[in-house]
Amino acid sequence: MSEQLPDAGPPAEVLELAGVTVRAGGRVIFSDVSLRVRPGEFVAVLGPNGVGKSTLLKAVLGLLPIADGRIRVLGAEPGRHNSRIGYLPQRRAFDPATRIRGVDVVRMGWDGDRWGVALPGRLGGRAGRQARDRVHEVIALVGAEGYATRPIGQLSGGEQQRLLIAQALIRRPDLLVLDEPLDSLDVTNQAAVSALVQTVCRSHGVAVLLVAHDVNPILPYLDQVIYLAHGGAVMGPPEQVITSDTLSMLYGTAVDVLRDRTGRLVVVGQPDSHAEHRS
Amino acid sequence: MTALLAADPVTGLASMLSQPFVRNALVGGTAIAALSGLVGYFVVLRGQVFAGDALSHVAYAGALAALAAGIDLRFGLFAATIGVGLLLGLLGGRGTADDVVIGTTFAWVLGLGVLFLALYTASGSTDNGVANVNVLFGSIFGISTAAATTAAWIAAGLIAVLLLIARPLLFASVDPTVAAARGVPVRLLGPLFLAILGATVGEASQAVGALLVFGLLAAPAAAAQRLTADPWRALGLAVALAVLAMWAGVALAYAAPALPPSFTIVGLAAAEFAAATLYRGLLRPLPT
Repeated sequence: MSEQLPDAGPPAEVLELAGVTVRAGGRVIFSDVSLRVRPGEFVAVLGPNGVGKSTLLKAVLGLLPIADGRIRVLGAEPGRHNSRIGYLPQRRAFDPATRIRGVDVVRMGWDGDRWGVALPGRLGGRAGRQARDRVHEVIALVGAEGYATRPIGQLSGGEQQRLLIAQALIRRPDLLVLDEPLDSLDVTNQAAVSALVQTVCRSHGVAVLLVAHDVNPILPYLDQVIYLAHGGAVMGPPEQVITSDTLSMLYGTAVDVLRDRTGRLVVVGQPDSHAEHRS
Repeated sequence: MTALLAADPVTGLASMLSQPFVRNALVGGTAIAALSGLVGYFVVLRGQVFAGDALSHVAYAGALAALAAGIDLRFGLFAATIGVGLLLGLLGGRGTADDVVIGTTFAWVLGLGVLFLALYTASGSTDNGVANVNVLFGSIFGISTAAATTAAWIAAGLIAVLLLIARPLLFASVDPTVAAARGVPVRLLGPLFLAILGATVGEASQAVGALLVFGLLAAPAAAAQRLTADPWRALGLAVALAVLAMWAGVALAYAAPALPPSFTIVGLAAAEFAAATLYRGLLRPLPT
């Protein structure tokens, strides 16, 4: 599946949302959101805090019911094809006391949902060898060979994030759903993880839906962005969407998009002013 | 004291194994230890040591309630531990509940145990004090053949269930959100595991007593996790260490009748944990 080039992939959308509204606790999280993601596309979900970016991902995975509209994921209802989706939820780091190796966490993505026990070493037979080969392959792909056998709780945030991306990739997904994978990483690791996601997206034809708090590390790689607001969403190429005019219209208030000397975008005046100060 | 330390250890061992009470202890004890090691691994991994400790209070109250009502102690034991385990799981008891609430609740449960003890001793014979001590501190050398066999079968059944759910349970313990997205029934596994933990506390109470259950449940598993970070090896090692503590503890208590078996078993399990911690801390720091 993942070996297909983007243009050789199935013509249908990987993901299609039409007029989707989500309510939680009697409150409208967002309404009338539409979006389309084609195979091999890199799409960022942006917007201020509390606008439901993570909620959107959960709806795509079928973990949350939607109040209105329609979602099709890989041509079916949400939740139907989750084994073909690699998911990286928003998280804090693993507890430092977690005595499980990185390779084991990656392996869970392969067959962690199956009943029974995984027999270690040669006892696992051909299926076990196949699983181990694939684990090594994805660990090499994310460049985590150096620390994959150490307990995951003792690794740095960037190292943990790479291993979790390997876990998400292990079943050769058609869609990667990443919730703030760059959050809590330092600038160097943000750039490295962004480049890794871009590589996976381009060379393996995996569509990527990535929630970001800061668009700058991934900006050069993006095909499309979707900006979420309570009342709707705007989707399109980043240069068309991340503009003062578009965002001012979406949020109904004056929003300025500024560009600094290095080309970094700064969005000023979004409804949630805390967004830019969040740690 | 002399039997095992005799010049000929084979003769000493044979004479020990010829004792029916030792054989019963080993039959019941081995199965209970293996189960405890297996369950203990997940208890330590999931950070549910406090919940397990609380369940041992429940085990005491349940057993004493059954005694006071004049029925088989094990009915009260298992009904209480499994029931409360399920309840904890359904209330979302992954260590998220307020420590003060849990602590207060379980002090109250232990208080109930004291009430049942008073009711029981008021109505019963002189053996009642002995029964109370047995519930608290165990009596593996006093276990009957029938009780040992029943305990072994229950342990075997629980081990089978746990092995069946081991892989999804591991996934759900380490990475619940991704596990749920991949279709692992995370919300079902939590209460199910706590029910199994409750049943295990009930089993282990018969061997080492309600107060000492955690020596057998947490110590070998924590030792195993210090020795290896490979989950499947750690599971096997936890079982091996728990069974080893059981066998060596039974043998030691047989050889030295002054030492109660609950003390030797739990003491050896704690020694395993201390040795593993020392080994990790001083001799072989974690691989880098």
